[in-house]
Amino acid sequence: METLFFVIISLVAIISAILVITCKNPINSALSLIMTFFCLATYYVMLDAPFMAAIQVMVYAGAIMVLIVFTIMLLNIRVNATQKHSHKVLLGSILGIFILINTVVLLFKSQVSNPVGGLTGDLIKNLGHSELIGREMFTTFLLPFEITSILLLVAIIGSVILAKKKI
Amino acid sequence: MENLNGYLIVSAILFAIGTIGVLTRKNAIVIFMCIELMLNAVNLTFISLSRHLGHLDGQIFVIFIMTVAAAEAAVGLALMIAFYNNKESIDVEDVNLMKW
Repeated sequence: METLFFVIISLVAIISAILVITCKNPINSALSLIMTFFCLATYYVMLDAPFMAAIQVMVYAGAIMVLIVFTIMLLNIRVNATQKHSHKVLLGSILGIFILINTVVLLFKSQVSNPVGGLTGDLIKNLGHSELIGREMFTTFLLPFEITSILLLVAIIGSVILAKKKI
Repeated sequence: MENLNGYLIVSAILFAIGTIGVLTRKNAIVIFMCIELMLNAVNLTFISLSRHLGHLDGQIFVIFIMTVAAAEAAVGLALMIAFYNNKESIDVEDVNLMKW
């Protein structure tokens, strides 16, 4: 049952990812990308990571995609149908498929090591996923967490300065 | 986790699709969305391996990747708006000011 569900979700995710790169209109691409993000959130729930699924839906499908759709609507780009396809489509596709084959060969020739940590499904169900994440983030990863806030500050200042009329 | 390879293969396929999109499309916003797709494929790898290995470090990394993606979205879209104000287009082939 879970395998069937996994296959269905995989099909939806891959088809909508292909639609992202084949649609002519950027709005259609954006909507397909939102579909892919929801499929990934479903994967996260299946992987016992419900906090990650919530963050995925809120940050990616909510904030980032709203920003992208807002920009597409703001710029009002005309879809030009006479988009000539040069050799770079063939070259790019060959390179992408080569990367895929390389990764899959590497995956099947290698061996994933046995579990190293004490995180089990029972522990996640008893303690709660967000508590585990929070405990880890505010003890071991406290310094990277603080540096992240500086990164966000830089992003705010940079985007405000870039979006002004005169640079 | 007996289904680990399935997740990793789906992640590899999504990453390859994102790569093809970045290399073949001309619209800068679509290229940007393909980069987001590649970042998400990497996130899926991180979370499935984190669940398999029983260690939370991968999921903390995913939170940081999401932060970087949000900052990148803000700055990148501001760059596109600034470029559109100058050139009336967001095709990447028109970005040739520094090309010799």
